[in-house]
Amino acid sequence: MAAKAFWPVAIALILAAIGLTQLLANEYYFFAAYVVLQFVVLATAWNILGGYTGYVNFGSAAFFAVGAYCSVALIKAFDAPLPVLILAAGAVSGLIGLATGYLTLRLKGVYFAIATLALAIVLETFITNWDFVGGASGTFVLRPKEVWLFDSYIKFLFAVMMVLAVAAVGIARSIERSKLGRGLAAIRDDEVAAECMGVPTLRLKLLATTISGTLMGVAGAPYPYYVTYLDPLSAFNLSYAVNAIAMPMIGGTMTWLGPVVGALLLGTAQQVATVTISSELNLLIVGVMLVGFVILAPEGIVGLVRKTIRRGRRR
Amino acid sequence: MNPPLLQIQDMTKRFGGFTALDQVTIEIARGARFGLIGPNGSGKTTLINCVSGVLAPDGGTIRFDGTDITTLKAHRRTRLGIARGFQIPKPFASMTVRENLAVPLEYAAGARIGPGIEDEVGEILAMVGLEEKAEANAAGLTQIEMRKLELARALAAKPVLLISDEAMAGLSSTEVDDILAILLILNERGITVIMIEHIMRAVMRFSERIAVLDAGRKIAEGTPEEILRDAGVERAYLGE
Ligand SMILES: Nc1ncnc2c1ncn2[C@@H]1O[C@H](COP(=O)(O)OP(=O)(O)OP(=O)(O)O)[C@@H](O)[C@H]1O
Ligand SMILES: [Mg+2]
Repeated sequence: MAAKAFWPVAIALILAAIGLTQLLANEYYFFAAYVVLQFVVLATAWNILGGYTGYVNFGSAAFFAVGAYCSVALIKAFDAPLPVLILAAGAVSGLIGLATGYLTLRLKGVYFAIATLALAIVLETFITNWDFVGGASGTFVLRPKEVWLFDSYIKFLFAVMMVLAVAAVGIARSIERSKLGRGLAAIRDDEVAAECMGVPTLRLKLLATTISGTLMGVAGAPYPYYVTYLDPLSAFNLSYAVNAIAMPMIGGTMTWLGPVVGALLLGTAQQVATVTISSELNLLIVGVMLVGFVILAPEGIVGLVRKTIRRGRRR
Repeated sequence: MNPPLLQIQDMTKRFGGFTALDQVTIEIARGARFGLIGPNGSGKTTLINCVSGVLAPDGGTIRFDGTDITTLKAHRRTRLGIARGFQIPKPFASMTVRENLAVPLEYAAGARIGPGIEDEVGEILAMVGLEEKAEANAAGLTQIEMRKLELARALAAKPVLLISDEAMAGLSSTEVDDILAILLILNERGITVIMIEHIMRAVMRFSERIAVLDAGRKIAEGTPEEILRDAGVERAYLGE
């Protein structure tokens, strides 16, 4: 996409989303689209650490769930409004990302991945035993009765998630084009060489885990209102962790566009499958597509398209 | 009088029970051309890893420009002016050659991205003879081009002290002469150079002083002539 077109397109997308909520009566589309957009945020967040920096996080579900449960706690305690929930969830998940960074970033490759998985289990155990937010059996969350401008709360949540998705993608894109992004890429390519070329690798990795964690928490913040009933099993669901990895891998991890393409494609496929066949099939779809792409197009859809264009130009 | 630019004092490094460096002491004067030689596995790269901050030594101190940098992180040492190439090239493989140089220019030399950086990149690439490859992907370079990239990337950090770890291995004799000429020009501009090299002709011609490592110990130091006459050095290289 041309550099200058990004923000006008982004704002147009948000306006179009709000317009749709006014025109389209059927709530189902917004119900489904919310999930797809939520995956855009999650995949984009994962990619900042996994794609740009080269550290594979298997614990995305935990960051998402912490965001969701942060909202539950604040709703129960103060009946806090949604913007506050989103900011607080981002802050808490960001701090957990920072802490994870400190504890695990000396680990490389598969050891880092396993550590993030372990972190997810620890956090799930903690939430399962925290009665205030419902413990193991979960809790109901009441949606506010009315929202300004929207005739249904789901439509409102859809518009909110659209804003969050655009913001997340915008952040990822800015990072990619910044000095920070070039430093992260150097770390991904060769950490020792990066450090020797003046890149403060530890500080940059901590920044990446914090930003990535923040965005995952933000994705989870409105979730209790979306489901209205939240329990640890669904919030910490494996499918979040798997999708957060699979979507960028399928779309392409080198640019901001990859996770967006992957999330739109895989997210939509899963929503369609849920309606037409069954939700049991979702992880299977993801698994099959992931294997296919890893073998046939390891640089993802974006990488594949770029290669084809380059080849076309040469002719 | 000014202190030496680099003071390596009693440097010791062990890998498990194996002593790779045993109390090595070397001083390098500002503006010097210093050669570091020794048989395979004698500890040359390990010493450079300790100086550049890639490895933490088990004993000894390193002073740069009078300040103790023994516990400083590698990226801080680079910012102070110590830059190195890697014996086994470590290019940023997802980037172009140009982008490879932009990393140290931005992070170590402190130059802001802009027209200035482009000029720098062009100048450095022209110097090492990689200007044709500026837009090429680093992963697709030949081994020899990767060695040149190592040197170019170290130069992009704007070093005060440049450490070249076998930049010439595998190069043709005209290419060796080219690299020698580059290092000499850099030295004339005031950059202190440490050259690790197996190509004797090159080290002997380039260096004002040479230190010899063998099995982790410094067994000799002196002018090239002194080193050539040293019986211990001959023994280390040719065996008993
Ligand atoms: N990370 C490491 N772990 C264990 N042993 C190591 C490590 N790095 C180096 N060594 C060992 O330390 C010794 C010195 O290695 P070093 O690479 O410093 O030698 P060198 O003088 O640079 O050799 P060459 O001329 O082959 O490059 C060798 O025996 C090597 O096997
Ligand atoms: Mg070596």
